[in-house]
Parts: sequence; structure tokens; C-alpha cells
Amino acid sequence: MATHSDIEENDTKRASQLREERARKHLKSRRNREWRFRLWGRAAILFALSALAWLLFSIVGTGFTAFQQNFMTLDVKLEASIIAPDGTRDPQKLRGANYRRVLQDTMYDLFPDVTERLEKRELFALTSASGATHQIRQMVYKNPSLIGQTVTVTVPTSDQVDQLLKGYIDRTQPESRRKVSDQQITWIGTLKERGIIKKKFNTILFTKPDSRDPELAGIAGAVVGSMMIVVIAFLFALPIGVGSALYLDEFAPKNRWTDLIEININNLAAVPSIVFGLLGLAIFINFMGLHRSIPLVGGMVLALRAFPTIVVATRASLRSVGPGIVNGALSLGASHTQAVFQQKLPLAAPGILTGSIIAMAQVLGETAPLLMIGMVAFVTEVPQSAMDPSTALPVQIFLWSDSAERAWSERTAAAIIVLLLILVVMNGLAIWLRNRLEKRR
Amino acid sequence: MDIKNPKFVCRDVRVHYGDLEALHGIDIDIPDRGVTAFIGPSGCGKSTFLRTFNRMNDTIDGAKVSGLINMDGQDIYDKNLDPVLLRARVGMVFQKPNPFPKSIYDNVAYGPKIHGLTSGKAEMDALVEKSLRRAGLWEEVKDRLKSPGTGLSGGQQQRLVIARAIAVNPEVILMDEPASALDPIATARLEALIQELKERYCIIIVTHSMAQAARVSDNTAFFYMGELIEYDATEKIFTNPGDSRTQDYITGRTG
Repeated sequence: MATHSDIEENDTKRASQLREERARKHLKSRRNREWRFRLWGRAAILFALSALAWLLFSIVGTGFTAFQQNFMTLDVKLEASIIAPDGTRDPQKLRGANYRRVLQDTMYDLFPDVTERLEKRELFALTSASGATHQIRQMVYKNPSLIGQTVTVTVPTSDQVDQLLKGYIDRTQPESRRKVSDQQITWIGTLKERGIIKKKFNTILFTKPDSRDPELAGIAGAVVGSMMIVVIAFLFALPIGVGSALYLDEFAPKNRWTDLIEININNLAAVPSIVFGLLGLAIFINFMGLHRSIPLVGGMVLALRAFPTIVVATRASLRSVGPGIVNGALSLGASHTQAVFQQKLPLAAPGILTGSIIAMAQVLGETAPLLMIGMVAFVTEVPQSAMDPSTALPVQIFLWSDSAERAWSERTAAAIIVLLLILVVMNGLAIWLRNRLEKRR
Repeated sequence: MDIKNPKFVCRDVRVHYGDLEALHGIDIDIPDRGVTAFIGPSGCGKSTFLRTFNRMNDTIDGAKVSGLINMDGQDIYDKNLDPVLLRARVGMVFQKPNPFPKSIYDNVAYGPKIHGLTSGKAEMDALVEKSLRRAGLWEEVKDRLKSPGTGLSGGQQQRLVIARAIAVNPEVILMDEPASALDPIATARLEALIQELKERYCIIIVTHSMAQAARVSDNTAFFYMGELIEYDATEKIFTNPGDSRTQDYITGRTG
């Protein structure tokens, strides 16, 4: 068969025939290649999306039930002979009264035919003993005149009752293999019929700090702690990061030292985050003597973590501003500093802000360094300031995921949902801010 | 060419980028009023030379200027001279319109503001209006001074940049291919504006368009490979060039 080179230059008709023939044949394999590439692309996207869908489905599927909880509405008789046998109305003394006994009597009164000690114990186990006694104690402490009266309290059921009613405990299993006895199941059924047990929105999850009892545990302490950490990390990392980037890009002399610094900042982004935790432990806690477990230290440690991200984002944004604007300012007699701060930085600001918010989203999800500085502690109070012991949302998730009871796993998933929602909101904010600021250009 | 009372006197001006010498010793005198055009093929050094007049080469890493450039008898590369003050005297218009991403008003007011030229808003308002009028833009933008300068058309943007330069009240305006990004109509407006401005300012324009140089300039300098080949009245350059390389370039045989 003739090849291209065989054909004389002036034999244009044959040449174009041959071209047509070969190009057509080649076209088919070209089209096939392109089609295969598109197919791969779609398959990859489909795979990623289904992985994401699976993740969301499994987390939301496990977690959404935690947003509701079963509560008992009890009429508690505040028997004076039990709470204050000596007739005192001193709130301090009333604190130590036997509220458990009051609660026990209330429960026993619901089923007067229960007399056996063991049975009584099982019956009492239906309520969240520590949560309910705490609630009654607080009521009496605030208003001692309630003693002798009957008050209505709404207290969570025990986590086992809650799990049973949510269908997580298999009733068909033999009694010995489940944590709720047949007798208890009967009682629960009766209480539900009588309207004493009702499912409600789980406000405890959002308003209370951590607790040993799952039915009393909430993420409020962790969310507040995380917010403090993010704000502190932002306040430290943004000025330092933007300042370093500006200096390195605009003002620093270009020599071996600045090259070295640049390489090291870029490498910093790749340092495992737990190393930052160790650094924070050494500097802030051991050397500077700050307390463990406080958001201030957490924020400063994570500011180190966010620093390289912000530097890289700032430098990229600064470089994306064309030289025209700076030259324009310089040609009018602006000094270099004026041109950078008055013209270049405002143009780079959307990119810097977006990068910083993404860095803050990273900070919000960071767990390992916080473990190193003791933010893994069991904290049962919502922190009031950045100097109070606190935990953080991802650490809380880590702590809860380690607990055995079924009730913890739904709360773990619920906390993850909240964390993801906050992250989505932060990323949305970054996109919104960027679009808004860029429109002004 | 003999120039009376030149604005700039340049002797043996050389510019190095690192080890590369981009300009090999330029001697030229630029008159105080009127338009001087620099022409020549790409890479001949005409833009580099233009940027020596307001020391914009200082901002380029590795660029070094040697030789003498006197402006009104004063060496502009004198160590005691602050380039910031020099650039208030020598304005510049770039190839690509580069208004700041701010309002039209703020664009014009930026220069006077950084130099502290006005006191009070009324004075600034008057200066902005005067500058926009001189740049022939006032009638088009007087009702939208607060809208962004980047929203104007290319030709309007270029005139806004000229107004911005005029606002500092410079003595010289450097123009680096100011019409290369404009359509023919906007170019014609710009050239008409240059004709008006040359009464007041010393204008040096770098252009790729020989027709433009012929239309707007009084004197023309032809650069080739980092050297000034020929410098004369524009009419002479385009009708009766003294050097064969100039001849080849303007007739389209090189470049």
C-alpha cells in the first residue's frame, strides 16, 4: 500500500483520498478513546458521590434518632418528712437531702402492686436517676417553700428505656440477653399508654455539657469550646499568616534565607498535626505555664496548624493580582508599601478570607493536637471563658465513640451531624463571602 | 537633533537586566512640550527606555540603569531624589488600562490623596472634575462618579487612567502603547486627547503603530536592538529617513 511519502506532491487528489481513508479509520479509535475517558470520569464521580451518600446515610441514619428522646412526666410529692425531717428551710442544708428517696416513692406509687425489693429496683431503673434527682434538688434549692407540695417534673427516661422505645433493643431475644427485662417492658408499655412516657425533641443534647449518663449528655460544652478555639486560632493565625505572606512576597529581600523560610513554611503545612500538639504542650503548657485543657491553648496550637494554610492562600491571592494595579499606583507616586496595602491587599482579600475560612474549617475538625494538650478531659460544664477547662466537638465525638452503650453511638453520630453542619455552614460562608467581595471588583 | 530647553537630557543611558544589556547607551534630548514618539520592533528597548524616565525600572528585580538622565537640569537618578516625588512629576499610562477597582471618583482622587495635594472635599471635587474634563471624560461619567472605574469601556478606562495621572498635575506623561488594547474609534478619541494634552505636558509615547506615531507626534525616535538609530522631526523620519534601517522599518521590511 502506498504511503504518504510515496505520493507525488502534485498528485493532490490521491493524497486527499488517502488522507480521508486513514483519518476516518483513526477517527474511530480517537472517538473511542475520548468516550472511554468520559466514562472513566463519570465512573469516578459516581464512585465519589456514592461513597459520600453512603457516609451521610449511615451517619444520619444512626444519628437522627438522637435528636428525640423519651421523657417521663412525673408528679413528685416533696414529702417534708423525707427532705427536711428536721424542718429546716436552709437551701444549703436542703442540698444534701435524700431526693433519691422522693423519686423512688414517686416511681413506686405508679405501680402500687410492686413490693419486691428487686422488682422495685428494676422499676426505679426506668428513670434517669441522677438526672431526675438533680432536677428536683435544684427546684427545692431555688424555692424551699415547695416542700410538702406536689410538683410536676419532666425527666429523661434511662437510656435503656429510650433505646428500647426507639427499637434498638431486640424484644424477641431471650430476657437474659437483653438489658431490659420482660417486667420492665410491661411497665414501659403501661407508662406509655398512660401518657407518662413521651418522646420529645432532645433539648438536652444541645443545651447540656458532657455527662456519664448518655440520656443527660449534650454537646453544648464541646460546641462552645470549639467555637472559642476557632475564634482564638483565627485571631492569632490571620494577622500572623497574612503578615508573613505579605512580608515574604512583597518586602523581604530574595536570598537564601528567605528561600529557606519559604520552604519551611510550605513544609509546615505537611507536618502531622499531632506534632503541633506536642509543640503546644512544650511551649504553652510546660514553658509558659498555661493550664491544660483550656481553649486558649487549643486555639493557639491550632493557630500554628492554620498558619501555613493561611500563608499559602495569602501568597496565592497576592500573586493572582496582576501587576497592572500596583504599577498604576506606583506610577502615581505611591510608595511600594502604599501600593501593596491600598491596592493589592484589598484585591487579594477575598482569596485570603476564603483560604482563612477553609483553614478554620480544618481547625474545627482537628482532633489529635487537642489530645496532646489535655482537651480530651471529661468536662461537665460549659466553659465560660477561654481559660476554663473545655473540650472540643471532634474530641467529644472521639470520647463518645469509645463508650460501649448503644445510646452513645446515636449521640456520637448526632454530634458528627452537628459538626458536619457547622463545616458546611463555614464553607458556604466562604463561598458567599468570596462571591460578594469579588462582585465589588 | 538640536532641541532648545529640553525637558530631558539623556547621555549614555544603559539598562541591564541581570547580565543582559537591553539598552546600549542612548543619547537623546526630549523637548518640553509636544509629543515625542518612540518606535521600533518588539524587544528594541523602547518601553524599557520609557520606564527610565519615571524610574519604574527600579521595581523590576535585577534591572540596573546607568548613564545620565537630567530632568530640568536635575539628575533623576540622584541618590537624594525620592522616586515617589519624581513620579508625581512624571505620570504614566500603561498598555492595558489599569483603573483601580474603586469608584471613578476615587480613581482620580487617589494620586492627590497620597501626595496630600488638596485640603477639604470641595477642593478635591474640583480637582477631580478638572482632571476628568481635561481627559475628555467628564461629560460621560459626571452622573456616575461613584460607580466602579472598571465598569467603563476600554477607551473610557484609558482616559480615566489619564485623568488619574493628570490629577497629580505632572509635567510629563509617559504613554506605553496606550492604544494597543483599544478599538479604532476609541483610539481616535485618545489620539485627539493627546493632541490637546501636548499643549500643557511633555508627552512621550511608545507605539507599535507607525501611523499613530505619524499622526500624533512631533518628533520620532527609532530604536533598534537596544540602540537609538535615528531621532528627528516626525515628518522627516517618515518621509526622508536618514538611516536605511529606519527606512526598512517604516516601509515594513523589518519589524
